[in-house]
Amino acid sequence: MSDIMNFMDRVITAKGLVKNYNSLCAVDGIDFEIESGECFGFLGPNGAGKTTVMKILYCYLPPDEGEVRVFGLDVTKEPWNIKRRIGVLPQDMNLDPDLSVLENLQVYARYFDIGKKESTPLAWELLEFAEIKEKAKVNILKLSGGMKRRLQLARALINGPELLVLDEPTTGLDPHSRHTVWDKLNALKARGTTLLLTTHYMEEAEALCDRVAIMDRGKIVTVDTPKHLIEKHGGNLEHVYLTLTGRPLEA
Amino acid sequence: MKLKRAYRVWQRHLAVYTKLYKSSIVLNFVEPVMYLVALGLGLGAFVKEINGVPYINFIAPGIVASSTMFAASFECTYGTFVRMTFQKTFDAILATPVGIDDLVAGELMWGATKGMIYGTIITIVISAFGLVDSVMIVLMLPFLFVGALIFSEVAMIAAALAPGIDTFNYYYTLFMTPMFLFSGIFFPIDSMPPIVAKIAFFTPLYHVVNVSRDFAAGVVPTWDLVWLVAAAAIIAPYPFRLMRRRILRG
Repeated sequence: MSDIMNFMDRVITAKGLVKNYNSLCAVDGIDFEIESGECFGFLGPNGAGKTTVMKILYCYLPPDEGEVRVFGLDVTKEPWNIKRRIGVLPQDMNLDPDLSVLENLQVYARYFDIGKKESTPLAWELLEFAEIKEKAKVNILKLSGGMKRRLQLARALINGPELLVLDEPTTGLDPHSRHTVWDKLNALKARGTTLLLTTHYMEEAEALCDRVAIMDRGKIVTVDTPKHLIEKHGGNLEHVYLTLTGRPLEA
Repeated sequence: MKLKRAYRVWQRHLAVYTKLYKSSIVLNFVEPVMYLVALGLGLGAFVKEINGVPYINFIAPGIVASSTMFAASFECTYGTFVRMTFQKTFDAILATPVGIDDLVAGELMWGATKGMIYGTIITIVISAFGLVDSVMIVLMLPFLFVGALIFSEVAMIAAALAPGIDTFNYYYTLFMTPMFLFSGIFFPIDSMPPIVAKIAFFTPLYHVVNVSRDFAAGVVPTWDLVWLVAAAAIIAPYPFRLMRRRILRG
């Protein structure tokens, strides 16, 4: 597998990445690489540093130490040239409550210099993809949790991103909504979009991820395919996760 | 910072404003008119004239200045703070090519625009009431933008430092209200002990009031304009620096 990967483009490379919040070390010197077209998942307990890594990758936070490159570009230099090419689904609901569903997409497109003429047909297409077309004129406060999440996903796709960063994409969703989001993500992967996600759901990691990194206390404990991890440690992915993050299941 | 990306943020605010203005514009317009009527006509019946000008004509240009101040200040205290914290609008914007400096510039430009819009509306109102002596009042409009920019900058410094939204009560009670009362809107400031005039000189509203009153009377102000342009430039780096620190604190 790694031999094949060497021939593929690296979308992300991180070397010696460190991030501190005052005295707290959130990310403690990690290295990883993400290949074009793969789905890579970060697993780990709350506070392990997953969200911080995501925020550094989409150039929201600058790293304190180390070198991080996305599409070969340094995240601390010309971040706008990276951000132009990525889509972000953040952990929090941050749709614009003052705007309708359609306007949310149109206004967001403008940050990418996509004017209304160009963004409107694109927005309708994405609303269809996200299965919320019939809600286009509705204020976002009237949407269900699953609809808001799908709208955020549609918004993250407005610039046709090559890389999609998803921070806990299905947390708080009911099983139907979760499966809908998974279907959408698998469809994007089939089109060649590189996916990077964090999750607390092992079945989500198994359903979507080609490789996972298990993080604990700011460090990467292991990186491998879910299949190899299960073969190596036995049980299921949840068992592997609990073992590697220091909380093994009682026999 | 890139002006085009700042303009994208400004466009977002305009899109929201043109959608919602109907519910807010009346409120913003009623209060200054009430001051004008209550004090201009009520108190004016006793005061009659200040410096040879009928009392309501004396305060009218000052009300233009204070409307500008309050509109810009509300936008960049409560407005900015809500977008930054509760609505997480900033997080959404910062995941696009727009960076923190672009975002802050867009917020400031919008605050200045909104201040100018409200000042302009009140200018139209007082002109319609026949309280303005000179058409030169139109020359004041660009300087309303500069004045509103200063209020936006200072408000945004407060937004960057405020631990919670209630902190703005202090900002309004200890800073905005005294400025409103002691900037020469309702009485010439030189009728107060000299210390008041000395303090007033360092507040932006005092100069916006002077500029407004001069233009309304057909006089071209000089030093007050210099003061405003200089203050806007000198204060400008701080909202950028402090907002950056606040946002990156995580």
